[in-house]
Amino acid sequence: MGGGAGEKPVLIRWEERDGQKVAVRHDGRLAAQLRPIRMEVGVLSNADGSALVEYGGTRVLAAVYGPREAHPRHMALPDRAVIRCRYHMAPFSTAERKTPAPTRREVELSKVIREALEAVVLTELFPRTAIDVYMEVLQSDGGTRTAAITAASLALADAGIAMRDLVAGVAVGKVDGVLVLDIDEIEDNYAEADMPVAMAPNLGRVLLLQLNGVLAHDEFVQAMELARKGIQTIYKLQKEALRRKYVEVVQEGDEQ
Amino acid sequence: MVRIHVQSRSIVLPGDIIAEGNDIVVESPFIERKGNQYYATITGLVNVQQLEDGKYKISIIPLEGAYIPKSGDIVIGLVKDIGLTHWEVDIASPYKGILTIQEVLDRPFNPAVDSLKKYLDVGDYIVAKVVAFDRARDPLLTIKGKGLGRIVEGSIVEIKPSRIPRVIGKKGSMVNMLMNETGCEIVVGQNGRILVNCPNKDLEEIAILSIKKIEVEAHTTGLTERVREFIREEKARRGV
Amino acid sequence: MSITPPFQPVVPKLKRYTMETLLSRGVRLDGRKLDEVRKIEIVPSYIERAEGSALVRLGQTVVLAGVKTDIVAPFPDTPNEGVLVVHAEFVPLASPTFEPGPPDENAIELARVIDRSLREIKAVALDQLVLEPGKHVWRLFVDIYVLNHDGNLFDASMLAAMASLLSARLPVAVKTEDGYRVDRGRFTRVVPVNRRVVTVTLAKIAGKLVVDPTYEEEQVADTRMVVAVSDDGRIAGIQKTGMGDLEYREVLSAVAIAVNKASIYHKALEDMVLPYRAKIEEELRTEKTEEAVGGVVELQPAPHREHEEPVEIAEVVDEEGQSGEEGSRE
Repeated sequence: MGGGAGEKPVLIRWEERDGQKVAVRHDGRLAAQLRPIRMEVGVLSNADGSALVEYGGTRVLAAVYGPREAHPRHMALPDRAVIRCRYHMAPFSTAERKTPAPTRREVELSKVIREALEAVVLTELFPRTAIDVYMEVLQSDGGTRTAAITAASLALADAGIAMRDLVAGVAVGKVDGVLVLDIDEIEDNYAEADMPVAMAPNLGRVLLLQLNGVLAHDEFVQAMELARKGIQTIYKLQKEALRRKYVEVVQEGDEQ
Repeated sequence: MVRIHVQSRSIVLPGDIIAEGNDIVVESPFIERKGNQYYATITGLVNVQQLEDGKYKISIIPLEGAYIPKSGDIVIGLVKDIGLTHWEVDIASPYKGILTIQEVLDRPFNPAVDSLKKYLDVGDYIVAKVVAFDRARDPLLTIKGKGLGRIVEGSIVEIKPSRIPRVIGKKGSMVNMLMNETGCEIVVGQNGRILVNCPNKDLEEIAILSIKKIEVEAHTTGLTERVREFIREEKARRGV
Repeated sequence: MSITPPFQPVVPKLKRYTMETLLSRGVRLDGRKLDEVRKIEIVPSYIERAEGSALVRLGQTVVLAGVKTDIVAPFPDTPNEGVLVVHAEFVPLASPTFEPGPPDENAIELARVIDRSLREIKAVALDQLVLEPGKHVWRLFVDIYVLNHDGNLFDASMLAAMASLLSARLPVAVKTEDGYRVDRGRFTRVVPVNRRVVTVTLAKIAGKLVVDPTYEEEQVADTRMVVAVSDDGRIAGIQKTGMGDLEYREVLSAVAIAVNKASIYHKALEDMVLPYRAKIEEELRTEKTEEAVGGVVELQPAPHREHEEPVEIAEVVDEEGQSGEEGSRE
């Protein structure tokens, strides 16, 4: 949160729609509306699995290598695979250049994303190996960690790594007193709260949860419900994206 | 009471519910049970089969994923390091293959006067068999046996190991068709590496293209006939 | 890069079993109830050389925090605010699992969670730490030193950070030709605090939520939830930390329990730190009236301009990493 030095833009307008007062956001979205979301699986030829995910202007590329031999060897664990996870922002992804060196923020986010993935990946199937998950934020427009974990889980599925469920994430914010789904950067800059959530939707499990900002208790409960609904939608899109990869091949095959 | 949520031979994804009920037999490490519900944990083709006793057998053939060695598997390995009495072999797996001198030579070997390099060098391809593997130690290989040993001619095609069953086909139907149609000799490694040895360059190209086509379309039906047609068209086009 | 950590000291299965059996009966290994916090002890101003400090004991866990100050240029996007920096060190003497070296991801995470919980609710009145807007502001360093790790470092560290800020005094800023010099021998006022914030940590063990976990309990726990709660009962931050997961309803109960239990920590601050703060405030008042303030410059807080949105330090501004990164700042 905090904000740009400039004048605060109008982030919420109240409009009459069908005789009801409705909060409309600066980009025309309603409070519980996601940005346009795009997902593509298998975008990199070298990686064992990969995915590109866009939440509006936020664009994240994720690649998975592994399971592969753990280097250095002493890092390997005898009864499971280790997960090595890196969330990183490209220097050109932000308004002002971000230093390419890993920041404390990136260290923390790499950790919470790894811990979220540990809960779903069946690491016990691949003892003594490493599963590397790399996430590069190519363009940042709010919600990058949740887009990153959505992309990472697609890349893991694409790599054929066994998981209890896919992981989908979205950030809920409180902007001018209104709880909004999938906040973008402008909203985040002036938000009273930003709450990234990631879940394994079919299992009903919460894997990542952070709250940066201030919410009353009842607002928190509503924000969780809003996040859960958004996550269900994103989960459907994830499954479509994974299936699409095979459907396209079938159609190509049929033409011949 | 059993409820099946998927069509047999359809694609399932991690988190997809496959079936629920009590009379279900699971035959795959990639299916998780939660209560009496069964979930897929991997991208793959699901198989549902009703058994004679009325139970349902469910399994998943993964469409992606790394090669995990099994004893008895034929693999194609690349020698990547030489120790005093063993070679380390890259077998396109999270686990590297170990080939000891005893599995290569029949006579005693003295590392003080003899060098392993003479027999197999870094960069050599071998056709090997997995002798033992338990995931606690690296898999042990042998090249003693018919058809095993250093590869001296031909080309290696590398595909996703998960697609190998399709390259082989039911009882070898696909690979036999490939060999008959192209006249190439083909050795299929379970680890996704395939050795092709062909009468000429054109036929080698056709064989490789066919294998790549099988890799990409592995989850589709009627594949053998499509590939046969493809080979014939290519042969006609190239005049071979 | 974050890597699955190697195994901590192995927890004997027998102990795990005992713990789980006890928990199912609503008791813990050390006899506490599931929602019971260990004994809290706070010693304000434990380090006299620091501008503010506090030693916190939470059961066997010991955390020391110190506040140091200097005068710097404000961040360009927050010209009317002082600077707050939170840093944590897990020193090797505190636990066999801590290694010497720069802070690892655990120490960084802890410092950042405490930083956010203080910053978002404006616990410290940074707008009152300005000497000359856009030019010279106070910078407060809160350094957290974990001295003995027996679990729940978050709550103990947050208490120590809050207590050290509450017991901190601002030194005299002496005007020089090109700026200001800090005279640490004399003090002008206490560090202005708007809100008091504490965190409440819950661990999920065998499907039960326990408050204020010990080290042993953390080893067995699936995962933990850290919930920051302000003295007016609002939620000022949340962090799920650790590898496992929580059911949706467990998240809701964890937060509800935390909001409820926060009062215990707040009471500890009220009982053990606020009297000290009142005492130093009184001392500073009497000193001021006795002493002439020659050469001492202590400006009033910058007038708050209405059209400006209250803005905060960029370390949090770049929550999604836009303007200048924090690397240079932390």
